[in-house]
Amino acid sequence: MNWGRWLIGGLAAVAAVSSLAVAQDDETEKAIERYRQMLRQDPWSNPALLDADRGEDLWKAPRGPKNVSLERCDLGKGPGVVDGAFGELPRYFADAKKVMDVETRLLWCMETLQGFSRAELIKRPHPAGGQPIRELGAIATYIASKSNGMKFAAKLDHPSEREMVALGEAIFMRRSGPFDFSCATCHAESGRRIRLQGLPFLSDPEAARKVVGEWPAYRVSSTHVMTMQHRLYDCYWQMRMPELELGSDASVALAAYLVSKAVGGDIAAPGLKR
Amino acid sequence: MMRFAKLTSVIVVLAAFASSAPAEQKSKVDPARVDTAVKSAFPGAPADWQARLTPDETMQQCSAANNTPATKVFEAIQAREKAAIKYPADGKFVGDWKKGEALAQSGYGLRFTDTAPDRVNGGNCYACHQITRQELSFGTIGPSLLQYGKNRNFSEADAKRAYEKIYNPHATFPCSLMPRFGTNSVLTIAQIVDIVALLMSPESPANK
Ligand code: HEC
Ligand code: HEC
Repeated sequence: MNWGRWLIGGLAAVAAVSSLAVAQDDETEKAIERYRQMLRQDPWSNPALLDADRGEDLWKAPRGPKNVSLERCDLGKGPGVVDGAFGELPRYFADAKKVMDVETRLLWCMETLQGFSRAELIKRPHPAGGQPIRELGAIATYIASKSNGMKFAAKLDHPSEREMVALGEAIFMRRSGPFDFSCATCHAESGRRIRLQGLPFLSDPEAARKVVGEWPAYRVSSTHVMTMQHRLYDCYWQMRMPELELGSDASVALAAYLVSKAVGGDIAAPGLKR
Repeated sequence: MMRFAKLTSVIVVLAAFASSAPAEQKSKVDPARVDTAVKSAFPGAPADWQARLTPDETMQQCSAANNTPATKVFEAIQAREKAAIKYPADGKFVGDWKKGEALAQSGYGLRFTDTAPDRVNGGNCYACHQITRQELSFGTIGPSLLQYGKNRNFSEADAKRAYEKIYNPHATFPCSLMPRFGTNSVLTIAQIVDIVALLMSPESPANK
């Protein structure tokens, strides 16, 4: 297998470039584009797949106070069905009486099936730079990878699902905080940048279909996998807002809004980001 | 004449209806539901951060109008925000461009990881604007500010306008995407005056 060679070579190349100053972001973009091409030739070279593998082991292993695996967790297509499940999320779950995205659903299964404490799971759910993604995120990466190559097919037609999409849109437009920012400040036009970082126009289906399906993604600049909820947490950080709670209605609503724009687009998860 | 007036008022009502219809279709969600969702999404927010969760009237009006407010709202925002501008006591709008450049570069401040007690907030102007030829890492949400002072003959009136723009951009451009650095207490008056110098002083690299 040439897997290891690609992995080390590709990463070294990207890391070497990404460690330079921000002024070199252009070069970083080019290096990442070269790396993406390598990924297409050899999809096994994305380091996020190590986390997807770890996630698969965690999904199957008996864990938590109740010492059971997650294989009875229903992601929407029946207990234990993983293939294609991510592509139909977020969706309404009758047992929880809530719309959930992949991370929120895993949170629910880890709590109700395995007996983990929700408070513990959401305490520090996202890795700091350089640290590996935590268990829940690794499992989400595994689940998403099992819809790789499919199209987003979330129906979002249940009244609660429609309500969640509308809520997400309202939150996307809602300015607040000391910088007066909303998501729309940075993501409501195409071709704009913050410093040298390109900003996708996320309300535009064409743009949303390109990027939303790449999450969770290996983020080169922080050398770990980042989930969608972590991405939103980070954007709120830039917005000078407090820490977004994993599994909160607002975070699921935003994910539902983004997926509603990305429906029909390809799922290419785990992806690779700057 | 009477009839004509009636007809016009019908047209006005119809036009108002037509222009508000798509907006109504979009926002099926109860504003109270949005507030609750946002408040419960940030349960760890300390007491002195609570105000960040609720938009003020200007932000509410801009969000509701998708940042393109109708004339009446536009004028109301402009008047309110203009009244919110405070000016330097000594009437001097052009400070030290070197300090201004450092502030324009710095994105430090007000994030939940920004806890250093002795660091001041930056303006992060380069996130959205080109300012000098030297700095290649600039964003494009706002217009280029290259040659800003030179293009305006370094006039005192334009220095005052730049000050007002940075202090409160809504005073001239309601629902601008630019933060209200002065009104929101992100930057002090003295800091804004230094940043004005970066744009307006003949020695500044922005004007070379
Ligand atoms: C101040 C600017 C800013 C605001 C406001 C902002 N973002 Fe972002 N967002 C960014 C930047 C910059 C990136 C790219 C980061 C990178 O390249 O590492 C990004 C990336 C993203 C991505 C990933 C895009 C991709 O290319 O895959 C998503 C999704 C996203 N933001 C959603 C949101 C949502 C939802 C909100 C509001 C809650 C928001 N953003 C608010 C600046 C912002
Ligand atoms: C989040 C993006 C953003 C940030 C950060 C930002 N601006 Fe702006 N700025 C804009 C936008 C958008 C406009 C155009 C709309 C307007 O005039 O308000 C603008 C307009 C301006 C103008 C008026 C330009 C003209 O043609 O007269 C000046 C001057 C200016 N900005 C200076 C600054 C300075 C100085 C800073 C930092 C302290 C700054 N801006 C930070 C987005 C931003």
